[in-house]
Amino acid sequence: MGRRTALYDLHRSLGARMVDFGGWDMPLQYGSQLAEHHAVRGAAGVFDVSHMGVVDLHGPRVRPFLERLLANDVGRLRAPGRLLYTCMLNEGGGVVDDLLVGFETDASFRLIVNAGTRDKDLAWIRARAGDFEVAVAERADLAILAVQGPEARARTAALLTPADATGALELSPFCGRQFGDWFVSRTGYTGEDGFELVLPAAEAERVFQALIAARVVPCGLGARDTLRLEAGMNLYGNDMDETTHPFESGLGWTVTMQPQSRRFIGRDALEAIERRGAVRELVGLLLEDRGVLRRHQSVIAPGAGAGEITSGGFSPTLERSIAFARLPAGAGAQVQVDVRGRLLRARVVPTKFVRHGQSLLSQPQPGDSKP
Amino acid sequence: MSTVPAELEYTDAHEWLRRLPDGTVEVGITDHAQHALGDLVYVELPEVGRAVKAGEACAVVESVKSASDVYSPVTGEVIACNPVLEKAPETINQDPYRAGWMMRVRVAPDAVAGAVLSAAQYTEFLDGKDD
Repeated sequence: MGRRTALYDLHRSLGARMVDFGGWDMPLQYGSQLAEHHAVRGAAGVFDVSHMGVVDLHGPRVRPFLERLLANDVGRLRAPGRLLYTCMLNEGGGVVDDLLVGFETDASFRLIVNAGTRDKDLAWIRARAGDFEVAVAERADLAILAVQGPEARARTAALLTPADATGALELSPFCGRQFGDWFVSRTGYTGEDGFELVLPAAEAERVFQALIAARVVPCGLGARDTLRLEAGMNLYGNDMDETTHPFESGLGWTVTMQPQSRRFIGRDALEAIERRGAVRELVGLLLEDRGVLRRHQSVIAPGAGAGEITSGGFSPTLERSIAFARLPAGAGAQVQVDVRGRLLRARVVPTKFVRHGQSLLSQPQPGDSKP
Repeated sequence: MSTVPAELEYTDAHEWLRRLPDGTVEVGITDHAQHALGDLVYVELPEVGRAVKAGEACAVVESVKSASDVYSPVTGEVIACNPVLEKAPETINQDPYRAGWMMRVRVAPDAVAGAVLSAAQYTEFLDGKDD
């Protein structure tokens, strides 16, 4: 039996099909996964993401600690409530985890880490926190709800007092604020607007039900996966892990190499990779033939070599199959994918397929498919 | 609760067969199978004219979650495939036993009958599983 969030019984009573995810029993879907996906693109859905870990860091030297620990620069976080997406690297530049770091005060930061890496991350962080006299506290007493979609903020704000609702609706992207026991941030993993709520686990069931009553559709991890894939957002363990570095995982934009004086863990390895040039890159694929791209399928890039799909599936918004693939750098615009023994044609595209309900794919221009 | 129409026959791989008056056999996947797979997004059907053996993988159904082979329950020749499924694979989710049929097979005259289950046997088979 896997670990359970505070909402486990509610998920079961709502008819969810439960699956193991990173050692947790989580809802895959409540009804139709496609309907849940479209609910988020079209209006609002809520996900229980309490399996993710909340780690609070305290101490006067927490900022220098995080400047060492994380590949993105927490120096960018100056206003309380600001959040930053970052990788935590090992010495070889491999990704230990990707996470959100939030700034509260100069002596207090919060990390939100992945479910499957929670224990590993805590051990990694604790092993390095002592040098900076940083106290590390896992907040198992908290639950996290992600409310996502064009109507998500308004329908969530309706659960708050009028004053808090006004404050929450004023939040800019990647900003959050404490409202009583709740921390509300304008963040997510779907490519839609929305909030993530970090609140006491004891309140989670009441809030989840209040959101359903406010016409927010409960959504499972199945829809969460197709939404994040369309949005071009990486999944730890699929698209990157300890054996791959950010530059070959579409995550170069999260690494801050300046100032050079910030010697974060993994920096030396990344500098060496920068000097050599990355030999692989993560790209988007759009399947041109009929079929469905799946993780681990082989990709043939003519003239460049072979690669592999790291995440793939059916895009409900585009009604076609899409994927992320790690390919040799310099692959052309057209590749072939071995789909169950058949070689199917796919077009190399940016990894962001959908934002705010709209396709970001440019229509193929005449001549695009020339070799 | 998945439905199991009494007039059909079944396999333990969750296909159903309907014996048509002209002696051909219509094949699809069961309500249990479509429910377990989830929303179907792609169906790959055999070429008309293909010879299939009982137990041979001859079609693929792909859902949002995964791909599954569909096995022919009989030996014979594929004489028709459901053209609706190319554009609307969700028809199988909506109506697995009628509009969601997948292929029709003319059973070879000398074919050894494959192992099939009655509705009662298939129901018992499902009850013996966890979900």
